[in-house]
Amino acid sequence: MAAVVFFVAAIGAIAGAIGVVALRNPFYSVLALVGHLLSLAALFLLLRAEFIAAAQVVVYAGAVMVLYLFVVSYIGSGVRQLTPGGSGLRLVAGGAVLALFVELAIAVLGSGLKAVSGDGAPYVSGFGSPAAIGEALLTKFLFPFEVASLLLLVAAVGAVVLARRRRGTTLDDDERDPAHWITPRSLFSGTMAEAVGAIRDPGAAPVTTPAGRDEEGGW
Amino acid sequence: MAIDWYLVVSALIFCIGAGGVLVRRNPLVILLCLELMLNAANLALIAFARMHGNSDGQIFALIVMVVAACEVTVGLGLIVAIFRRRLPIDVDELRELQG
Repeated sequence: MAAVVFFVAAIGAIAGAIGVVALRNPFYSVLALVGHLLSLAALFLLLRAEFIAAAQVVVYAGAVMVLYLFVVSYIGSGVRQLTPGGSGLRLVAGGAVLALFVELAIAVLGSGLKAVSGDGAPYVSGFGSPAAIGEALLTKFLFPFEVASLLLLVAAVGAVVLARRRRGTTLDDDERDPAHWITPRSLFSGTMAEAVGAIRDPGAAPVTTPAGRDEEGGW
Repeated sequence: MAIDWYLVVSALIFCIGAGGVLVRRNPLVILLCLELMLNAANLALIAFARMHGNSDGQIFALIVMVVAACEVTVGLGLIVAIFRRRLPIDVDELRELQG
């Protein structure tokens, strides 16, 4: 039973990861990552990390991915063309990644550690439960816990500073050039339907491809 | 299942994420691929925690998730700032800091 669940979850996680990399539309990449995270949570459950699995689903697949979807919808660049990339560089990247995987597989499987091939330590009741995690966080790992809270605060302040509207630096605020004022958006623009390319904004300028750029090349 | 299966899955996910960071040029997708790599590391940490029967690895994974959330916040803030300035959302075009 555990083997079946493991293989289903592992195949789901790997397929989700491939989907993130291979899908062209960022919106679908985010959805593939949600599937990947859910499969990974199943793997965490098999490893008896109940609290981590719950946190993964609630915080990651829930909150963080919603943040991603908001930004993808806001940018709405699902069909925007990028510059063509060098296929030679892509081959080099593939070779490097393959070499990395071979090296990691040798390191894992050729380590000769007996425990790696085993099923792990005998299960103790309470291992990975919220009570055990909370006790460890507030006693043995109190300092990392506090530093993490400080890090979250810094990240929140940094995001606000980065995304705020500065006078003069964004074209939106340039009052001398009315062409760059924010015009009222038409219906359905900035929605998820637009992000996946189902609805085109009729008021938007047609997508033009700059000279010398390949229509097929963007990825 | 033996622990080494989990480690191989973790290595595979990490390599897919690394390939995505190398190949893709949309910064949003690069952030997603970074998430993949962090999640692969989390899986390895939790697999080793199970192997030793010690929950310290799970705490480590939890802290990694916090760091990933911070990275997402700042990264998405950067992307929104890039979008507001009407710059191309393409890491190959954004090279003004190149020496």
